[in-house]
Amino acid sequence: MTIEPASKAPSPPPLLEMRGITKRFPGVVACEDISLDLRAGEIHALLGENGAGKTTLMNVLYGLATPNEGEILLDGQPIEIESPHDAIDRGISMVHQHFMLIPVLSVADNILLGDEPMRRAGLLDRARAAEAIRELGSSFGWEIDPDRPVGQLSVGWQQRIEILKAIYRNAKILVLDEPTAVLTPQETREIFDVLRRLKAEGYAIIFISHKLYEVLEIADRITVIRRGRVVGSRRPGETNEDELAEMMVGREVQLTVPRGESHPAEPMLEVRDLAVRDDRGREVVHGMSFEVRAGEIFGIAGVGGNGQDELVGAITGLRHPHAGTVSLAGQDVTGAEPRRLHRLGVGFVPGDRQRFGLVMSFPIADNLVLNDYYHPPYSRGMALNQDAVRVDAEAAIEKYDVRTPSAAAVAETLSGGNQQKVIVAREFEGDLKLLVLDQPTRGLDVGSIEFIHRQAIARRDTGVAILLVSAELDEVLELSDRIAVMYRGRIVEVLDGRTADKEDVGLLMATGGRGSGIQEQVVEVGS
Amino acid sequence: MIERLRAVALVPAVSVLLALLVGAVIMILTSPMVTGAFSLTLPLEAYAAMLSGAFGSLNAVVNTLVNATPLVLAGLAVGIGFKGGLFNIGAQGQFLIGALTGIAVALALNDAPPVVAIPAALIGGMIGGAIYGFIPGALKAFTGAHEVVVTIMLNFVALSIISWAISGPLIGENVTFARTNDIEAAALPILIGRNGHLGILLAAVAVPIASWVLYRSTTGFEIRTTGANPEAARYAGMRPRGVIVLTMSLCGLFAGLAGITEVMGEVGFMTASYSTGVGFDAIAVALLGRAHPVGILFAALLFGAMQAGAGAMQIQAGLPVQMIDVLQAVILLFITADIIVRRLFRIRAAAGEIVELASVSRSYGGDRVA
Repeated sequence: MTIEPASKAPSPPPLLEMRGITKRFPGVVACEDISLDLRAGEIHALLGENGAGKTTLMNVLYGLATPNEGEILLDGQPIEIESPHDAIDRGISMVHQHFMLIPVLSVADNILLGDEPMRRAGLLDRARAAEAIRELGSSFGWEIDPDRPVGQLSVGWQQRIEILKAIYRNAKILVLDEPTAVLTPQETREIFDVLRRLKAEGYAIIFISHKLYEVLEIADRITVIRRGRVVGSRRPGETNEDELAEMMVGREVQLTVPRGESHPAEPMLEVRDLAVRDDRGREVVHGMSFEVRAGEIFGIAGVGGNGQDELVGAITGLRHPHAGTVSLAGQDVTGAEPRRLHRLGVGFVPGDRQRFGLVMSFPIADNLVLNDYYHPPYSRGMALNQDAVRVDAEAAIEKYDVRTPSAAAVAETLSGGNQQKVIVAREFEGDLKLLVLDQPTRGLDVGSIEFIHRQAIARRDTGVAILLVSAELDEVLELSDRIAVMYRGRIVEVLDGRTADKEDVGLLMATGGRGSGIQEQVVEVGS
Repeated sequence: MIERLRAVALVPAVSVLLALLVGAVIMILTSPMVTGAFSLTLPLEAYAAMLSGAFGSLNAVVNTLVNATPLVLAGLAVGIGFKGGLFNIGAQGQFLIGALTGIAVALALNDAPPVVAIPAALIGGMIGGAIYGFIPGALKAFTGAHEVVVTIMLNFVALSIISWAISGPLIGENVTFARTNDIEAAALPILIGRNGHLGILLAAVAVPIASWVLYRSTTGFEIRTTGANPEAARYAGMRPRGVIVLTMSLCGLFAGLAGITEVMGEVGFMTASYSTGVGFDAIAVALLGRAHPVGILFAALLFGAMQAGAGAMQIQAGLPVQMIDVLQAVILLFITADIIVRRLFRIRAAAGEIVELASVSRSYGGDRVA
C-alpha cells in the first residue's frame, strides 16, 4: 500500500543490507547464503520455524556471531560488526525475547546501563538522564516513572522500556526477536501501535516471528527462512497464512487440524467448589465446579493470570486446594500427590515446560522416564535398566517425531518444539484417563503445533478426558468440544466449542461478561 | 565419548597446568629467599623433587595413595552433594564425627577379633557421619535453613563434641594429656609398603559404588533430578525434601568413612584437639573432579601426590611445604572462575551435566524447595 511508490521509484540503497551471509557451526549450517535488506520506515518480518536460523542471522547482525561468508552494508557501505557494542554504535539495537533488564534497578538505570552519562569527575548524571527518559517516553504518549524498579512493571511495559533503551541510544534499526511471545493479545495490539509509530518516524524494524497472522498484520515485507535458507519474500497483500505456513514448514500444513465428532461418555474429572490460593496466600480460584467427560476436550479460555495456573496446580497435585474436591473416575483425588495421579492415569503437560516438564541437563532418554523410572521395565529394585530406557526412548523419538541426533542428546540442545514433543511423548503414553494440557503449544512453531493438536485429538478419540488450558484463544476454539471462560477465578460461562464465536469469547475473557455479577465483584475488590 | 570426556575434563586439566605455571612464577620470584639469587631453574627442581617424592619409589607411591584415600572418600561426600544441588561444606564436621563414633566402637572392641572390630568400627564411623549429614539435610528440607550456613556451624560444633568426648568418656588410661587409648583390634592392616593400609582398598571400592548409586540406581536418578531441577522432580512425583535428607545423609556417610579410615589406618588414636583439613580439601577435590566419582578419584590422587611430594620438595629444593597449599588454592581459583580458563583457551561450555558450580553459586541465591 504505502510502500508501492517507494518500491517503484529509482530506489536509494537500502539502509541495511546483508549479502550472502553464511554461518556454519560444527556439524550444521545455521545460515546459508542469506540475503536480506531493510529500508528506513519499513517493518521487515523474518518468518521461520524454531531453529530455522532467524536468531543466528540476527546474532550475526548484532555482532554476537561472526559469519563465515557474506557482508553487511549500512547505507551502502560495507561494515564490520564485531561486537554488540559495534552494532549499537552503528545504530543497530536488539530487543531480545527474554528481556535483558535488571529487575532491581530502576527504569532509568536500566536504560543507562552500559552508556552512563557522566558529569565532570566521573559522576553519574542521574537527574539529567531521568528527565531525558521521561521526555522520550512522553513523546510516545507514555507516562514513565524513571525511578521505578523494572521488576515492578508488567511484561508489556518492560518491553517498552527495552524499546526506549534502544531509541535512547540513537538506534535507527531495531531488531525485535519474537516480541509478542510473552504478551497478551491486548498488549500485542499495543506494541503493534508502537511499532507503526516508530515506522512512521522513519525507524527500520526487523520483526522476528513464527506467528503467521501477526506478520501479515504488521509487516511491509515478509521473508521466510527454512533450514538456514531464504525460501522467498512476500508482501502481506499478495499472500495468506496457508502459503506462508507451507513456505515455513516445507509442506502443506493444516493450520486447523480436522477433528471428527466427539463422543463424550461418563464424567472422568469432576471438580466441585474448588478454591485455591496462590503463593502469596490470596484466594485466586473461587469455588470452581466443572466436569470433563471421557472422550471430550474441555477448554478453559481466559487471559493469563485469572487463576488458571493455580487451578491446574490443584488438579495435578502441585498445589493443595483449600476447599472443594477433585475426583477422577469417581475416586476422590483431592490434594493427591503427583505420583499417585500419574499411576491413576493422569497425564500432564505443564505450562512452563523448562521449569516443570524437563530436566534440561538430562538426556532425552532420562527425561522420557522422569515419572516412570522407579518401576519395571525401567528399573528393578534399585537398579535402573538403562537398556530398556534407551530402547523405549528411541521408539518414542520415532513415534513423536522428536528431531534429535540421538536419545542421549541433552534436552537443552533441542528446539522448543522438540522439547515439548519429548514431554508429549512422555505424558500422552500409557493407560490414560485424563490429560491436562497447560499452554501446550506456547511459543511453538506451526509444524509442532499441528503435530501436538493431532495427538491431542487422537487421544480424545481413544476416550481420554482432556482438560485444555490456554491463553491462545484460537487454540481453545480449534480443539475444544466445550469451552469454559475463566475470569477472576470463576467460570463465567460454558459454551459449545463448535458454535462459540471468537469475538464473544474474547469479550467474555476480557470483561467477565456483563451483568454476570462478576463486575460488581471487581468493583468491590478494586475499591 | 572422547568428545564428552574432552568437554568435561579439559577445564580441570588446563587449570592444573595453569596453576603449575603460576606456581613456577611464584617460585622464581621468591627464589632469592631460597637460594640467595634469582633462579629460573628452581621450579623445575621443585617439581622434579615433588614427582620423585610422590612416585619415585614404592613407598612414595604408597604415600601418595594413603594421602589420597581420605580425599577420595570425603571428595565423594562433597561431590554427591553437588549432584544433588547441595553445597556440603560440612564434610569436615562429618569426617570428624565419623572418626569419633568409629573410634568409640573401635575402642570398645579392642579385645575382639579384627574381623569383627574392623567392620564394626567402619560402620560406626559411617553411621556417625551419616547422622551428622542428616541434621543439615533435615533442617534444609523442613525448615529451609541453608545447608551452607548449617554445615559450617556444625563443623565447629564437631570440634567441640570431640574435645568433650576425648577429654571425658573416651579418655585413655594412663595418658598424660587428653587422648584416647590406641586402637588395637580395629587398626587397619598394612597391605603394602611402609604404611599402605586397607583404607586404600576401601576408597578404591567406594568410587565405583558411588558411581553406581549416582548413575545406575533409581536413588541416584532422584538425587540428580532434584539437584538439577527440584520443581521438575516434584512434578515427576519425587519427594524433593526426602531426597535432600537422603543426599546429605549419604554425603555424611562417605565423609564419616573418610574420618574413621584415617583414624584406623593412619593415626591410631584421637586427641581432644584432633582436627584435619581433609574436609576442606575435599571441596577442591570435588570441584576439580567435576563432582563425578571418577573425576574425584583423579583429583584426589593429584592432591595426594602433591602432599606426598611436598616433603621431598622441601628437602631437595628448599621450598616450604606450604607451596603445595598455594598450588591447590590456585587450582581451585581457576576451577571456580572457569570463565577465565574458557576465555583464555576458547573452550566452549559443554551442554549437560556440569552442575557442581551451579550448586555453588545457587547456594548464595534464593533457591527454594517446593
